[in-house]
Amino acid sequence: MVPLHLTLPFAELEVGQQLYWNLGNLHLHGQVFLSSWIVIGALLALVVVGTRRMERDPRGVQNLLEFVWTYIRDLAREQIGEKAYRDWLPFIGTLFLFIFVCNWGGALIPWKLIELPNGELGAPTADINTTVAMALLVSLSYFYAGLSRKGLRYFEYYVEPTPIMLPFKIIEDFTKPLSLSFRLFGNILADELVVGVLAFLVPVIVPLPAMFLGLFTSAIQALIFATLAANYIGEAVHEEHH
Amino acid sequence: MTSWLLLATADAANGVASGAPEGGLFDLDATLPLMAVQVVLLTFILNALFFRPVGRAVEEREGYVATSRADAKQKLAQAQRLEADLTDQLKEARLEAQKLIVEAEQESDKLYREALAVAQAESIAVREQSRREIEAEREQALSALQGQAERLGTLIVDRLLAAQ
Repeated sequence: MVPLHLTLPFAELEVGQQLYWNLGNLHLHGQVFLSSWIVIGALLALVVVGTRRMERDPRGVQNLLEFVWTYIRDLAREQIGEKAYRDWLPFIGTLFLFIFVCNWGGALIPWKLIELPNGELGAPTADINTTVAMALLVSLSYFYAGLSRKGLRYFEYYVEPTPIMLPFKIIEDFTKPLSLSFRLFGNILADELVVGVLAFLVPVIVPLPAMFLGLFTSAIQALIFATLAANYIGEAVHEEHH
Repeated sequence: MTSWLLLATADAANGVASGAPEGGLFDLDATLPLMAVQVVLLTFILNALFFRPVGRAVEEREGYVATSRADAKQKLAQAQRLEADLTDQLKEARLEAQKLIVEAEQESDKLYREALAVAQAESIAVREQSRREIEAEREQALSALQGQAERLGTLIVDRLLAAQ
């Protein structure tokens, strides 16, 4: 049997291949950092261009940025509440924007043109390290938000409305980051794999619907991650009215 | 189809043999904390470059729009109050004018009636006087005629009696 990638040079699939960078004893996934730097660079360039000359009558990129800002503000305000959302707006917004540009960057930038010695470039969010890092940041944030706003009274949350909830609330603290990270990771990786497999089998036309679906899922995943993060923080700072 | 599965297993085998990290989908390593640091840094950078300036611009505009709208509402209310005032004044003026017209009409009517009464009385008086004068003249004429007739009678009688 002739290997398919010899007859079809357009696409090859590699899963779990990493470009290792070594920092002392530490191993890093080089391809994740490279692609994340590229998308962060693009994001920062957009932001810098858009905020260079702010005017009261917005024009061009400033319009887009203001739309994005209002969108994130509404999301954070709805989930966290009027009182505390300002402190967390930058964090929620950064999560949303970073995941969004990572996902869309992974789908839209032709990474295949750049050859790496090992592994391949793609969406940084298709690497479990990235998603777990962000999910753990979310966990830390909601603990910090709750403790800084309510002090030790934060732990009343675990026995409300009844102490029977205690074990479930403790389990929740573990399932929240787990579900956050695996949902994002799984969706983006699965999307890349589906597009990759389709492109591998039929390199023209056929992968296009899957690519569009992938763009849609990517945006939705960014929204879900940011919304859930805001929701967890909102739960932590929420004041019960007795 | 099989190539990437083969590759993955082969690579795993290679990795174990050479002592290098073996890779794989769930390969957690130092990428995680560094990525977390990177995201936190990005949060601060975006806060300085994006969230604060854009937020300030948007909220300044929202404040500007809110105050302009409040101003406009106030002005509109003022204009409506003025309009109501003026309408009231206009109504009062119209009523006043109406009253004046009615009064003037009544006045002129009264004057007309008075003038008419005076004229009628005068004409009656004049007629009465002239009637009396005519009467007196007729009386006079009649008595004069009677005197003449008597004189003529006596004259005729005298002549007839004298002729006999």
